[in-house]
Amino acid sequence: MKPAPFTYHDPITAGEAVSLLTKFEDAKVLAGGQSLMPMLNMRFVVPDHVIDLNRIDGIAGIRDGGDTIEIGAMTRQRDLMRNQVIATKAPIIGEALNWVGHFQTRNRGTIGGSLCHLDPAAELPCLMALYDAMLTLHGPSGPRQVPFAEWPLAYMLPSIGPDELLTGVSVPYWEGNTGHGFVEFARRHGDFAIVAVAALLTVDGGKITRAAISIGGADVHPIRLTEAEAALVGAAPNAAAFKAAAENARGIETMSDAYVTSAYRQRLAATLVERALSAAASIANENV
Amino acid sequence: MADTRDIELTVNGESRTGTVETRTSLGDFLRHGLDLTGTHMGCEHGVCGACTVLVDGEAVRSCLMLAVQSNGHEITTVEGLAEDDGTLSALQEAFWKHHGLQCGFCTPGMLTSLSAFLRENPDPSERDVREAISGNICRCTGYQGIVDAALDAAKTMRKGS
Ligand SMILES: Cc1cc2nc3c(=O)[nH]c(=O)nc-3n(C[C@@H](O)[C@H](O)[C@H](O)COP(=O)(O)OP(=O)(O)OC[C@H]3O[C@@H](n4cnc5c(N)ncnc54)[C@H](O)[C@@H]3O)c2cc1C
Ligand code: FES
Ligand code: FES
Repeated sequence: MKPAPFTYHDPITAGEAVSLLTKFEDAKVLAGGQSLMPMLNMRFVVPDHVIDLNRIDGIAGIRDGGDTIEIGAMTRQRDLMRNQVIATKAPIIGEALNWVGHFQTRNRGTIGGSLCHLDPAAELPCLMALYDAMLTLHGPSGPRQVPFAEWPLAYMLPSIGPDELLTGVSVPYWEGNTGHGFVEFARRHGDFAIVAVAALLTVDGGKITRAAISIGGADVHPIRLTEAEAALVGAAPNAAAFKAAAENARGIETMSDAYVTSAYRQRLAATLVERALSAAASIANENV
Repeated sequence: MADTRDIELTVNGESRTGTVETRTSLGDFLRHGLDLTGTHMGCEHGVCGACTVLVDGEAVRSCLMLAVQSNGHEITTVEGLAEDDGTLSALQEAFWKHHGLQCGFCTPGMLTSLSAFLRENPDPSERDVREAISGNICRCTGYQGIVDAALDAAKTMRKGS
């Protein structure tokens, strides 16, 4: 239960980190360590080199970009929860983070680490899918951008090269009279979700004008309920509309594992979609 | 050859130095390098909470942080919670009074975690306390004594300040 020997590097710029990643064959970057350290301790991962991002300047922090929230990859989950820009422009992020591990793990865990680890049930990827966030990567040939929809390639496999670094995330926030709902079902508080649902609704003149629904934990990566979203636009935000969306969720592809069957996940998804939408609608109505 | 670094940090108010192998966790360094065996290593993968210490005042898992990463930082372990003359903190006193421990394995993590939690949440509900220790596993007490102790300590601390 101790890591195998490795060579440790602690660069102070992102460029230096990318050079180290380019130079070494078998290197792993260390962010908050809340997923990587357990894997090192258990020797599931045995890298020759560990590149620690914790001393790098300029890749942590939260900024209002006008119509987006610009978040550095090394921003701690705890700092997202304490941030005023997030609390006012995208409060669902702070709310959902209550479900990410425990306050002790959130003190170290970062947004970038969660997005790169890409656990199917992780809350932050589910939210980035909800917002169609844009990720910025830095590699040897400079920066490139990846929309979140193209980020997951397969089970826990993000679209990032071995010599690339995730440096930031851009979250376009919703204007207007928008409400949000985040609901999750897990065995115990702080466990990964069995299913989690995040929803955003904008309501204007008694009608839904914009909707997004993202489901985590159901499949190998977060899924957007695009059909149901389209059907909600133009409808009144009422129980009948939310029931229809729930029925749509019941039809999604879900995975089975040692604990939970695929059919159970579908039932959960349906129930949680309805709850998330009702929560979003009641906030949007309050705002009127 | 082992990859090592010299580090300098503050532990419970005292300046300490050491040469660590870079793969050594902060928890193992505290226990084996500095002989501060109050910090307990349980699962070593972040789940049990026994190893929790304060780094610059914030509660973190010492099994998930490398000792080398604590260079230049301020660490508080369970040994640093009482006054210099040995007087227990209000929280420690409440643990004693409410039977907040039996075997004591989880206790260092409970005390460090709850110290940080109560500093930020001086008037928590029972639910808040239970959520705060959701990442600290106790196999003895059934948690009731721990929760009672935390709520009682919060009350004492509110009166005191
Ligand atoms: C007890 C416990 C409970 C948890 N419960 C939950 C939960 O309910 N929900 C949840 O979502 N998470 C949970 N987690 C995991 C969460 O805490 C981690 O923060 C997160 O998964 C990884 O973030 P990190 O910053 O710690 O990254 P690390 O562990 O440092 O890294 C994770 C992976 O991402 C790579 N990586 C990190 N940053 C970058 C970057 N900038 N560029 C390229 N690659 C990078 C690393 O190489 C590594 O492969 C839990 C963890 C623990 C210990
Ligand atoms: S030993 Fe660190 S959380 Fe269990
Ligand atoms: S007192 Fe024994 S584990 Fe908590």
